Amino acid sequence: MSSDAIDIHGLGKRYAIGATPIGRTTLGESLTDWVTGPWRRFRELSRPGERAAQFWALKEVTLKIAVGEVVGIIGPNGAGKSTLLKILSRITAPTEGYVDLHGRVSSLLEVGTGFHPDLTGRENIFLNGAILGMFRAEIVRKLDAIVAFAELEQFIDTPVKHYSSGMYVRLAFSVAAHLEPEILIIDEVLSVGDLHFRNKCLGRMQDLRSEGRTVLFVSHDLTSVRQLCSRAVMLQHGRIVDDGPPGEVTRRYERLYHDAAGNSSGAADRLHPPHTYHLRRVELRTMRGEIASQFDAGDVMEIHLWSSGRAPENSYTVEFKLLNSDDEVISFGAANPVQTTYYPADAEHFVCRLGPLPLTEGSYAFSFTVGVWNKERWDFWQKAVRFTIGRCDPFGTGHGISNVNDGDFVIPQEWLTGN
Amino acid sequence: MVDPPRRTLRLEAPRSWQTLNLAELWAYRELLFFFVWRDVKVRYKQTVLGALWAIIQPLTTTFAFALLFGRLGGMARHVDGPYALHVFAGMLPWTFFANAVTLAANSLVGSGHLISKVYFPRLLVPLAAIASGLLDFAIAFVGLLVMMAVYGVAPSASMLAAPLFVAGTIAAAAGTGILFAALVVTFRDVRYIITFALQLWLFASPVLYPLDMIPARWRLLYAVNPMAGLVAGFRASVVGGPAPADVILVSSASAAVLLLAAVRYFVQVERRFADVI
Repeated sequence: MSSDAIDIHGLGKRYAIGATPIGRTTLGESLTDWVTGPWRRFRELSRPGERAAQFWALKEVTLKIAVGEVVGIIGPNGAGKSTLLKILSRITAPTEGYVDLHGRVSSLLEVGTGFHPDLTGRENIFLNGAILGMFRAEIVRKLDAIVAFAELEQFIDTPVKHYSSGMYVRLAFSVAAHLEPEILIIDEVLSVGDLHFRNKCLGRMQDLRSEGRTVLFVSHDLTSVRQLCSRAVMLQHGRIVDDGPPGEVTRRYERLYHDAAGNSSGAADRLHPPHTYHLRRVELRTMRGEIASQFDAGDVMEIHLWSSGRAPENSYTVEFKLLNSDDEVISFGAANPVQTTYYPADAEHFVCRLGPLPLTEGSYAFSFTVGVWNKERWDFWQKAVRFTIGRCDPFGTGHGISNVNDGDFVIPQEWLTGN
Repeated sequence: MVDPPRRTLRLEAPRSWQTLNLAELWAYRELLFFFVWRDVKVRYKQTVLGALWAIIQPLTTTFAFALLFGRLGGMARHVDGPYALHVFAGMLPWTFFANAVTLAANSLVGSGHLISKVYFPRLLVPLAAIASGLLDFAIAFVGLLVMMAVYGVAPSASMLAAPLFVAGTIAAAAGTGILFAALVVTFRDVRYIITFALQLWLFASPVLYPLDMIPARWRLLYAVNPMAGLVAGFRASVVGGPAPADVILVSSASAAVLLLAAVRYFVQVERRFADVI
């Protein structure tokens, strides 16, 4: 017996793209269609995919996942992630190839599938549990634990239509968290709920990992892939294009997609750089060295900048301008004369360690300049990269300060009683 | 720690000839129970009269038809015993059948969300819709017993045969419901057909008139309608009336063939549901 939990071999899935005739021009054609249309539509509906355009959502996917691996599947929209999940969850059948699943499988494409608003929390636990493949006896045994995990003891006999969305999600996730599959297939379900509950769910995922269960996890959230997974697989146009340690694969993914799309991943490549000497890439990193687009107030950030090659002369400077969400310049920094760093011509990689950031919650951007102070500006890269401050609570009061009403900075302060 | 041997499940392209996996259906029996339980529980939530509707619905149609056909149409003359009782005894299996078919036909499309998110044998969905009507049937049956007492009709030993006709009606409803459910997924038009098909079907079944109003030489052809023999047989077993064995036999065979053909078609197309629903 192999030690593989999931063995995917040459998997392919073909869909028909709904090709409906459009743009009827004459009354005659409309009338003809009115008469012959039903027959044509009948043939189209009874034999889907025969005449319509075809599209391979997955093609030649071969992947072996060993028992105990936690594999993150990443890829841009339309790469085939959902199709792969649907095949593994037996919702849809592959067109070619096969999958062997060794062990009891639970799949969670969403939480709370089958919840009925008119039923109480308790009733929905039974219904949802049964839908997810639990036996009645198993649900009865775990009922107290599920209710406690959801922190809903008081409301368990209230119809869920009266629940807040947070309560609903907590209950739904609790049922899912008490599944005991050998193979778990999940789709982005961690991106729900408040921070406290999300941490609880992450903890539960770590438990699964330490219990040696096999997990297949599809996500857009590269941070959780890096935190939770032991391996990452990147899909692109229905094929596997990368497979390896999550840190490396997610890095390559970020380079491939977020940058090109100008998306705020905390890193960017210049799309239309000038032909002469220029800045070509920027990364915002946390102190742990991870590329990030979100920081908290008080964090220290590292800005990494790369130039196109050898600079025209020695002793030059790199500057940043910090912009707020209204694109107003709110701060400035430079290798010199603010600091006394003079870069040599052969330096191609510049690092600025910045912080602790005194910024309030909101979105910010950096523009960069490279040149000789007060003499020459070789390159100006406007709004090169965006980032957000997710949490600003420097005094630990539990009330976040946002740049919508309260400005972009918080200055350290003390409040006393005067005489 | 000794692990039980791991089961391997192979997922691949559907073969051209699908078979019904009875073992899997059995393994999912608890889910069927939960679906039925949910339907029953939800059906009468936030209603004032609750399960009484199970009696009121066939009762009002019965009295409307008794007035229309019995009094004005003079149909009462062709029936032995009270005409209203005759109609109600026929209305019972018919109401179950018609409701079950309607619910089952729309069940898959109504559970589209579930079908695109979770795997389970799809057959459970129409089966649950049909099974959830059985409770209504049982309640209405109590109503029938009350009505018999009111009219002074004593039940006889033949009532022991009634469960057989109920089983036959379940098979006919399952056959029709499963077939329509699968068709509705692909052809939404079928929804509109069901409503008037059931109206016509009612008049093609011996609910409002006794079976012997059909000329003897057409009777076996008439019995190809499974509800013909089943309604007549059910009524005969409970309140009395004509129930020729040949008619019942043909109707039962017809119901069985319908059920087998429907399940056959269903398993053939069910792998497609998630893609087209």
